[in-house]
Amino acid sequence: MADFISAKTINEESPWGELTEGLSIYEPGTSAAVMTGEWRTLTPTFVEEKCKQCLLCVPVCPDSAIPVVNKKRLDFDYDHCKGCGICVRSCPFDAITMEGLD
Amino acid sequence: MSKKDRLSGNEAVAIAMRQINPDVMPAFPITPSTEIPQYFCDFVANGKVDTEFIPVESEHSAMSACIGASAAGARVVTATSSCGMAYMWEELHVAASDRLPIVMNLVNRALSGPININADHSDGMGAKDTGWIQFYAENCQEAYDNFIMAYPIAEDKRVHLPMMCCQDGFITSHAVENILLEDDEEVKKFVGEYEPEHYLLKDGEPMAVGPYSVTNYYFEARRAQDEAMSHVPEVAKEVQERFAKTFGRKYDFIEKYRMDDAKYAIVIMGSAAGTMKYYVDRLRDEGEKIGLIKIRMFRPFPAKDVAAALKDVKAVAIMDRAQSFSNAGGPLGVEVTNALFHARSQAQAMDYVYGLGGRDLLEEHARTIMDDLKDIAANGHDDYYRYLGVREA
Repeated sequence: MADFISAKTINEESPWGELTEGLSIYEPGTSAAVMTGEWRTLTPTFVEEKCKQCLLCVPVCPDSAIPVVNKKRLDFDYDHCKGCGICVRSCPFDAITMEGLD
Repeated sequence: MSKKDRLSGNEAVAIAMRQINPDVMPAFPITPSTEIPQYFCDFVANGKVDTEFIPVESEHSAMSACIGASAAGARVVTATSSCGMAYMWEELHVAASDRLPIVMNLVNRALSGPININADHSDGMGAKDTGWIQFYAENCQEAYDNFIMAYPIAEDKRVHLPMMCCQDGFITSHAVENILLEDDEEVKKFVGEYEPEHYLLKDGEPMAVGPYSVTNYYFEARRAQDEAMSHVPEVAKEVQERFAKTFGRKYDFIEKYRMDDAKYAIVIMGSAAGTMKYYVDRLRDEGEKIGLIKIRMFRPFPAKDVAAALKDVKAVAIMDRAQSFSNAGGPLGVEVTNALFHARSQAQAMDYVYGLGGRDLLEEHARTIMDDLKDIAANGHDDYYRYLGVREA
């Protein structure tokens, strides 16, 4: 077994001898490589023209799925957004909508 | 220089722990292992060790704290018995699957119920499939020696698995025997420093231990665990050889007693091996060609060694100090007959359940076994197992 196995080199085809001991992960932030957005059933929509860039939605996202560049939020990172709807509730300007949310 | 002393198994193990001076000991008291953390707390209070003692609120927490501390990079120790270990059940598997070299002294005691505090192997046998290495001691000396050998086995890079050092409740744990203790410095040198490669507190290497493993990964992780277990014999052999060179006492995975010309054999584990050796001597004095095989290492099971040791016997008695309610014998019986079958042995094998809840093994039981073995060697048998020492209706 190799001394250091990076999460990037592990996939669902990796043989047992090429995984880490106890499946430990020796590096940070590797969950970004896992496309958990496919768990989503409801999807938020970013209405850019209504957005005032107050950024209230960014810190409440449990999955860091609202990217911010140059102090401005961008469209959702749908690879990781689970569709929880917390951002919809946090927006004072109806700039995030979600069909199917009560 | 070895020093002669007279100690109970619990004292001897606590002294081994002091000599090793582990980093963390989470423990919860349960008879008959209570004395181990109790003696050790004295060492902590008197500044004889640097160990962080964690008085947890349950055994579930004890093993959880062991896992956390071991994952953080500490050398960890604990002790328990019976229902205490049963309460660790979930964590025993986690410790093994996280590949943490925790060492635990299990003072074997019957599982409830009916509630009973005396020796049998139902706790250890219940944990045989948790992924822990298991060694069983015959006496105080072995309990002490096994403990000194435990960390070098468990912490070896080829292994990285937790290890249980087992001794029989009250019989070994509380009976005082003559024992050879080794110098503190010699023991420290033998065990060495623990230097894990990856651990949670390692600077500059953020790490996740025990991540969720979906179906695409779980099976591979378990396969790798089995591979680690398959490395235990080579590593344990090296450690046993180094132990013999350093301290003069020789150990193997099994011990053969008067087996050279034996036509009949008894396979046994734990303190009753000592009792049975005495009965074997008596039977030998009467001209019976009987020998004994003591199992020291139960996990992994030295199947090939056992089969080789039994290759010339006509009939073998396997002694189980635990039940498994299969109606086909106890756990040791299953292991030994499996070994015999794969070796294409022609020996007759009879499993015996004995000594449950601390019941003594008597000379009359040894004589019953001798008569049975001669009978089944001559006439065969169609039953798988029998009881010894239980009151029949």
